[in-house]
Amino acid sequence: MLNKSRPVFLNLLQIRLPITAIASILHRVSGVLLFLAIPTFIYLVQLSLQSQAGFEAVLSIASSMPVKLLGVLLLWALIHHLFAGVRFLLLDVDIGITRSTARASAWLVSLSALLVSILLVGVCL
Amino acid sequence: MKGVTTGLNAWLLQRVSAVYLLLFIIAIPVLLTLQDVTSYQEWKRFMAHPSLVAAWGLFFISIIGHAWVGIRDVVIDYVHNFKIRMLVMVMLALWLIAMLIWALQVLLISQGGAA
Repeated sequence: MLNKSRPVFLNLLQIRLPITAIASILHRVSGVLLFLAIPTFIYLVQLSLQSQAGFEAVLSIASSMPVKLLGVLLLWALIHHLFAGVRFLLLDVDIGITRSTARASAWLVSLSALLVSILLVGVCL
Repeated sequence: MKGVTTGLNAWLLQRVSAVYLLLFIIAIPVLLTLQDVTSYQEWKRFMAHPSLVAAWGLFFISIIGHAWVGIRDVVIDYVHNFKIRMLVMVMLALWLIAMLIWALQVLLISQGGAA
């Protein structure tokens, strides 16, 4: 805003983000997904506590295919957000701040979030 | 209001709520599994325990505070026009306050409802 003539390069097809940046943007994307899920979550808690029928309705909603797919996405979002969040908390207190460690931990949280999501889906289905 | 919209307080709120959310999200599935909560009656009883009502209340407060700081950061990054940014932030704040009231209502009303 201060310097309008500064060079701007935003070709997303040519920018190659390092893994630390990918872990970071996924933390943001997953956070927004979780934000969007808040009302649905509250509604499901409400319905499940309302009555026996409501409780069973939540179980049958949860077992329908489209909801399951959305659930998998949200499960990944939650797990990635948790793992990457813990990494950020550690970075806050100066743990793992060298470039090589930060890169390794970014790989670790991004891949393990995917892996744990798949494992949890496997266990729950 | 300013205290949670700018600077260090927002940063701190985000971190403190993050730690609580982490512990809660691990603890609840563990407790549900240990107590083998599968039926409506068990679920209802589980949610009526005073310490769990308190823990869920704190969870909803934490998640709304955490969501506020996070979504505020997103808005600041992408919405550059000051007036539009303020409008969007006020709408999001009202939205989150409504969500919190709703969630706490669900939590407290479930205590008095037909068991």
